[in-house]
Amino acid sequence: MLYREAGDFKTTYRDDGQTFPIRLDRWGYYVTLAVAFGIIPFVINDYWASAVFVPFLIYAIAALGLNILTGYAGQVSLGTGGFMAVGAYAVYKLMTAFPDISIVIHILLAGGITAMVGVLFGLPSLRIKGFYLAVATLAAQFFLVWLFNKVPWFYNYSASGQITAPERTILGQAVTGPASTASAKYLICLVFVFALAWIARNLTRGTLGRKWMAIRDMDIAAEIIGVNPLTAKLSAFAVSSFFIGIAGALLFAVYLGAAEVGEAFGINKSFLVLFMVIIGGLGSIFGSFAGAAFMVMMPVFLKNVLVGSLGWPTDLAAHIELMIVGALIVMFLIVEPHGLARLWSLTKEKLRLWPFPH
Amino acid sequence: MKTKLTAFVLAGMVTAAPALADLVVPNLSYRTGPYGANGTQYADGFNDYFTLLNERDGGIGGEIIQVPECETAYNTEKGVECYEATKDTGALVYNPLSTGITYQLIPKVGVDKKVLYTPGYGRTSAKNGKVFEWVFNAPANYWDGASVAIKYLLEENGGDLSGKKIALVYHNSAYGKEPIRTLEELAAKHGFELNAIPVEAPGQEQKSQWLQIRRDKPDYVLMWGWGVMNQVAIQEAANIRFPMENFIGIWWAGSEIDVGPAGAGADGYKSLTFNGVGMDYPLYDDLKTHVLDTGKASQGGEHVGSAVYSRGMYAAVVIAEAIRKAQELAGTAQINPEQLREGFENLEISTERLAEIGLPDFGPEIALSCSNHGGSGMARIQQWDASAKTWNLITEFTEPDNEVLDPLIAADSEAYAKEAGITPRECN
Repeated sequence: MLYREAGDFKTTYRDDGQTFPIRLDRWGYYVTLAVAFGIIPFVINDYWASAVFVPFLIYAIAALGLNILTGYAGQVSLGTGGFMAVGAYAVYKLMTAFPDISIVIHILLAGGITAMVGVLFGLPSLRIKGFYLAVATLAAQFFLVWLFNKVPWFYNYSASGQITAPERTILGQAVTGPASTASAKYLICLVFVFALAWIARNLTRGTLGRKWMAIRDMDIAAEIIGVNPLTAKLSAFAVSSFFIGIAGALLFAVYLGAAEVGEAFGINKSFLVLFMVIIGGLGSIFGSFAGAAFMVMMPVFLKNVLVGSLGWPTDLAAHIELMIVGALIVMFLIVEPHGLARLWSLTKEKLRLWPFPH
Repeated sequence: MKTKLTAFVLAGMVTAAPALADLVVPNLSYRTGPYGANGTQYADGFNDYFTLLNERDGGIGGEIIQVPECETAYNTEKGVECYEATKDTGALVYNPLSTGITYQLIPKVGVDKKVLYTPGYGRTSAKNGKVFEWVFNAPANYWDGASVAIKYLLEENGGDLSGKKIALVYHNSAYGKEPIRTLEELAAKHGFELNAIPVEAPGQEQKSQWLQIRRDKPDYVLMWGWGVMNQVAIQEAANIRFPMENFIGIWWAGSEIDVGPAGAGADGYKSLTFNGVGMDYPLYDDLKTHVLDTGKASQGGEHVGSAVYSRGMYAAVVIAEAIRKAQELAGTAQINPEQLREGFENLEISTERLAEIGLPDFGPEIALSCSNHGGSGMARIQQWDASAKTWNLITEFTEPDNEVLDPLIAADSEAYAKEAGITPRECN
């Protein structure tokens, strides 16, 4: 009734192949963009930026990156935290070594450096698969964290091994450091998310994405039809690490401001991003956003309800919160093993027929 | 799904707006996670002292003190959320009990104009008030602790440590790495050999570290540990029969729960402390009448009198004294963070004042100034008696070796000022 395709005619192949073929979806996308760029920056405050939007946007980038590798190319990775650390330390070294160059360039370069490290640790994927590859990437996680803890050059020889982001500006607005405003932090993350999601969407429906999916579905068959596993797998590692590196750089420079590798980029981070991808939906751009939103907002929401509204003791609330989030994850996966993205598309199917299902 | 979720979150947050009133001292605590066992005791001590002031005296200067609690789980991301959630509620001062969260808040408090009080933890060079205008770390910091421990060992060895081997077992994080620089300087000065051994957080697995200690046979072991790491280290030390009296922990490695699991094996273990231990102080009588017996104690008062509880209470005592001083200077009971900062800078807690509060000889004298935000740095040594299950204070308050520490603090704070683009202010 409300959500239908009747009267939505396409007269060209180009129209037929667009990202949002249904008019209502397309409008929804434009409205979301208009709200995200046009309204939220003017009303956002420090709490909303730091507790909800900035972490959501940054984790969405990380989830997009891991989804490319795990969801589209089928290569399981547990090294996300380590690759985020590469992005964070790369941007820190670049920021402090070349203070006059724009932070945007530093963040992109940090992504590039992470892509190279990702390719290096992606090499074992040419020989091993599945759980064995997961263990190899787990080694990357531990090695990288150890490296950034061990070699003082990475943290500029500071006494405590902490890295702190100095203030950097874009068009006169501080985006890193303590003086940055909520809207500046939000906007820089939003711009990166918008650009990267657009790239991810178009990569995954082009030649490269089809190669990745062919490798994921059956690597021998893919090789027989002419997909080179070397380039397909390594390009998946490179693109995925580029995304994850940018997420790590933003997490450190814009969101946290100061970080310590073991605490901020430990194995927990790898699992967190993996959960986002699994809960959101493997092989889905929307799923990356839904998963990130679920894992970032749910704890904050529960905490505010339990402690803020119901006045429970904080420790009890923290424990209950873990249990509720855990139970919800299990429930969602039982109801729909393919994640929130599949749940959303099923809802759409139902809405098309509503209120007259046959 | 996403829009629904956003709507839910919105609803949750609108109802969560706290009321603006009174003196607000947020308690960024952690009662969950790997450090929850220690964090919960500290938070209880912190809460209970303010409850006592509210119940007995009607707050400070007639103003009720509110202590909203926020759970950080020792996690820096949750720490940011807690700070942002509480900073617009009129919060005066933060005490996050985490070196990681402290590092994150140091630049922020300067912009938001909030006081950051980090007794015995955080960034050591924050002692230099010329650079760190909003941060206070009295009565002692990690470098003071390292120096006092070495001084104690010097006394034990007739003033000569040359040729001795000292191992440092540390939590491989910002917190554990803090003392290394000082210990290296002290090693050069006194001619002992320092061997730093990292333990990965949270520190449940330390077999290889203690195997290394067993092989190297150091004369003394110092420990910078927290949470479960302490219990495991003391247990492992007992397992390899390392002489406990040669094992000294920092103040965060000196609580009942740290030595408990090793049982009789922990007897003789020493640790630093900058606050008194046990319940042999007159203040506890008042606490019993006004807080414990009326059922207002945090978590029912199960940890009252423990070492970490006492330290949390001591942090609350110093904050309360600073508020009092600020009210006196500002001439109003309803102070703001700027006035509290003044209060901290002019803070003086004499031995007489401590006795008046009901805590004679509980902590060192504190006298802060514009340039000195860290006090005298005095600390003392306590020793565990496993049969009586008590900590006994075995030395008086000892001054650290400021000859070594002052140049280090100047160098580190200058490096920070340069990195952050701060011009150190003038103090007269």
